Amino acid sequence: MSKDILNKRVEDASNKTLYNKITFGDLIKFGIVGVVFGIVFVKAEIISWFRIQEMFRFQSFHMYGIIGSAVIVGMISVWLINTFNIKTIDGEKIKINKKPFTLGTIIGGFLFGIGWAITGACPGPIFAQIGTGATVIILTVISAIAGTWLYGLVRHKIPH
Amino acid sequence: MNMIVSISQPWPWYVAGPIIGLTVPALLILGNKNFGISSSFRHVCASCFPNGIEFFKYEWQKERWVWIFIVGIIIGAWIASAYLQNPNEIVLNPTLKNELSQYGITDYSNAYLPIQIFTWHSVFSIKLLILTVIGGLLVGFGTRYADGCTSGHSIMGLSALNWPSLVATIFFMLGGLVAANFIIPYILSL
Repeated sequence: MSKDILNKRVEDASNKTLYNKITFGDLIKFGIVGVVFGIVFVKAEIISWFRIQEMFRFQSFHMYGIIGSAVIVGMISVWLINTFNIKTIDGEKIKINKKPFTLGTIIGGFLFGIGWAITGACPGPIFAQIGTGATVIILTVISAIAGTWLYGLVRHKIPH
Repeated sequence: MNMIVSISQPWPWYVAGPIIGLTVPALLILGNKNFGISSSFRHVCASCFPNGIEFFKYEWQKERWVWIFIVGIIIGAWIASAYLQNPNEIVLNPTLKNELSQYGITDYSNAYLPIQIFTWHSVFSIKLLILTVIGGLLVGFGTRYADGCTSGHSIMGLSALNWPSLVATIFFMLGGLVAANFIIPYILSL
């Protein structure tokens, strides 16, 4: 009996890592953070194509203020997490990924920058624009997925 | 009532920025997730059309949280635009408005997009197609090539003092500067 329970637990645990089923808790947690994020994006006009044009023409401080203060708050948060060894709500150790430097950081970064200015949105705001009712932005989403797929296809043929 | 009135005004940077910054610890503490949105495009490729491509062979099932997050963003954006709408026209730098008027952009009834271009009515216009399709391709290709976007590099990466993210952010800005000042004027005058 106890062995059965143990087996069941092992099975559950492996299912969790293999399929990582979306739980109701996940829906609530990530859904709420997303909703807050979406509201801020719209209310601070971060999703505005016009604001992005202003930013890249140095005609407004708004976007720089947002990115700058977000980074400062993020830095302090990560520092606090590391210093006090803060765990997740499930008691796991928090893992922060380090992205490596490649030639892609430069070339890809530059290409994305062009796309950011042209579409007037980075990936988060693209979705928020659709939420405001601008359904034509679905074209941007489909193209971004296509661009990602294209990268996967030619990945080994371009410098990194 | 006053609360609703002030909430419906555009929020200043010093309110919005810190809330966005708090997304970093919120996602880490709630689910050990590193903030990043552009990877969602990769997960779509991996789950729907991997086509045997090596880059799309990984456990995308573990990353499905980002789709929930995105659905949340869409709902949040809908709530904000439907119920917290700023009744006034967006306030922009007059120099920008002046420049845009040269390209026939004069309608600011939509604060988020130049609605004269971004509409299904102009779906066959070359301007719209460049701004959405070419722009989208660059966003998708560029973010994966750079391994992150504004959220993954500029917010999450800089917060973690990851120096490649600083390089990425500098090149995001350079690309944007070149596009906004030299490429977009050309596209808009087509």
